[in-house]
Amino acid sequence: MEKFVHLDGLVAPLDRNNIDTDAIIPKQFLKSIKRSGFGPNAFDEWRYMDFGEPGQDCTHRPKNPDFVLNKARYQGAQILLTRQNFGCGSSREHAPWALLDFGFRVILAESFADIFFNNCYKNGILPIVLPAGDIEELFRLTDATIGYKLTVDLPEQVIVRPDGRRIAFNIDTFRKECLLNGWDDIGLTLRHANQIKVFEDKRRAEQPWLFA
Amino acid sequence: MPKTLYDKLWESHVVRVEEDGTALLYIDRHLIHEVTSPQAFEGLKLANRQAWRPSSIVSTPDHNTPTDHWDEGIVDPVSRLQVETLDANIREVGALAYYPFKDLRHGVLHVVGPENGATLPGMTVVCGDSHTATHGAFACLAHGIGTSEVEHVLATQCLLQKKMKSMLVRVEGRLGKGVTAKDIALAVIGRIGTAGGTGYAIEFGGSTIRGLSMEGRMTLCNMAIEAGARVGFVACDETTIQYLRNRLFGPKGEQFEQAAAYWRTLKSDEGAVFDAVVDFDAAQIQPQVSWGTSPEMVITIAENIPDPAAEKDPVKREGMERALQYMGLTPNVPIKSVKIDKVFIGSCTNSRIEDLREAAAVVKGRSVAANVKLAMVVPGSGLVKQQAEQEGLDKIFKAAGFEWREPGCSMCLAMNADRLAPGERCASTSNRNFEGRQGPGGRTHLLSPGMAAAAAIAGHFADVRDLP
Repeated sequence: MEKFVHLDGLVAPLDRNNIDTDAIIPKQFLKSIKRSGFGPNAFDEWRYMDFGEPGQDCTHRPKNPDFVLNKARYQGAQILLTRQNFGCGSSREHAPWALLDFGFRVILAESFADIFFNNCYKNGILPIVLPAGDIEELFRLTDATIGYKLTVDLPEQVIVRPDGRRIAFNIDTFRKECLLNGWDDIGLTLRHANQIKVFEDKRRAEQPWLFA
Repeated sequence: MPKTLYDKLWESHVVRVEEDGTALLYIDRHLIHEVTSPQAFEGLKLANRQAWRPSSIVSTPDHNTPTDHWDEGIVDPVSRLQVETLDANIREVGALAYYPFKDLRHGVLHVVGPENGATLPGMTVVCGDSHTATHGAFACLAHGIGTSEVEHVLATQCLLQKKMKSMLVRVEGRLGKGVTAKDIALAVIGRIGTAGGTGYAIEFGGSTIRGLSMEGRMTLCNMAIEAGARVGFVACDETTIQYLRNRLFGPKGEQFEQAAAYWRTLKSDEGAVFDAVVDFDAAQIQPQVSWGTSPEMVITIAENIPDPAAEKDPVKREGMERALQYMGLTPNVPIKSVKIDKVFIGSCTNSRIEDLREAAAVVKGRSVAANVKLAMVVPGSGLVKQQAEQEGLDKIFKAAGFEWREPGCSMCLAMNADRLAPGERCASTSNRNFEGRQGPGGRTHLLSPGMAAAAAIAGHFADVRDLP
């Protein structure tokens, strides 16, 4: 996993509640057996005028001019700004893979769905929960300012606005450490292999039917 | 101190806890399907790691498999490759059980696990699928996980988790005629919203829940994720224990009684405290139909399509307007007057034998309306299909004009050929009505099997209670 420490990035707004993972990456692209290459199909049904199929070259497909992420001012955005319950629905990790491949490293929202939130951390994406008031103001500023950027500082747990205002955010210590170091959590867990083995042996003795 | 069922399930699986409360939870059962696993198996191989306990794995391909023309195999080469990749991965790693495409026991993973006794009370169950909460019906802690976590569980037999808050959804009293577990699920989501359960583990309790069959409890727990909760569960009781007797992978004889004695302790203690409690009166729950593009956009069959003009929150109002536009619906019109094009009875929510019996009872002796282009029944597994055919349900459906298909996820998510065309409206017993879920431009209305059957007969949404 790629480390995440600082980011100075362009913000793109997606002003909707309840954006589900089916919208982030439609099902036909889930047939891939790889974990890369989903970026061109992120938000496929909103982004293009035609119906996308896996394996297609997307460069010449007709784009929906009304879809906000197609607008010239948001090209190259690395920070996605959205509302409530982002990433609800299916557990597909293809959703964070698609967002990452599209270029997003930070997602700012009022709230996230649990599984999606968790999947982000496994892929070096930082999902940040902010109060509704801060989100509302960021939507206003992003809309009013072409090229609106934010600085995200993970060690300090703060977002710095161009006007110097600082917005603090929370993150679990363990997740923060993993992001800062780009740690593979399987490697971390396997350091406790003996403890797992002891637990498992005890469980097998007590409830042998679980180990049929 | 009295404990909740969640406390008990959690504590019995904690291997170790980090300083910030992140725990390593031991996983008893790992369910694997073809869509969310190939990258995990590849990751395991690339890191040169072994699967920790292959005998914890139960697997079957379900999302991509066709539901007709099985003699032709899987025609779509991309789908076929994914299913063959699962075949190869399981062949290499091993499993307690693998049911390949077309096997008698093949089917929707969340139907296959329980019916073979691979889901047992007190287990932790994980799967790279958000509807894993289904297994909570057996007093299990069942999590939907991402692919990185699938790899983590393969390699370590553990999951990194923080303890969630607990919510009791309590339903008391008798359900009215024609009102089912699906209606409870939709009514709960309609009340608490699709994010109402975020951060919570939901226990479904109360006399109504205790009165539900295992099939009904699975339907209810299945949709916990649609209320935002990663896990949902029901306490173990004699209904649970009866269901588990003589299942393929369950304990037998003396060991069964020993297990059952433990299983009976899997309930919240008297006086246990929950972080949130939501109460429902069963008698007040009416047959439900979703009208929009989120499962919380739901009304009773007697109601009209809601009017966004009445919504004060501008973001919500805009969401409603967008949903109505996508769904091709006008506010203030009775939902009963809305005509349908297709009917889908199936999915991990509603494809078990009891669901098919419920739909068949409505369909018997009647015909699918002329304006309905396709009405299909997709049994949850080969075993469900076999059982239904022994009971003659297939004949009832076929006589009425339904197609009787082979098992799989089918048009719940439309990864195979079963899908809606743009603009088509479907009465569906599945779990999600998101934009494009059943095919790009498709319009999904969620309801119970009985209500789907009633809509098929009427050609528009109809109250199942009006069909004598």
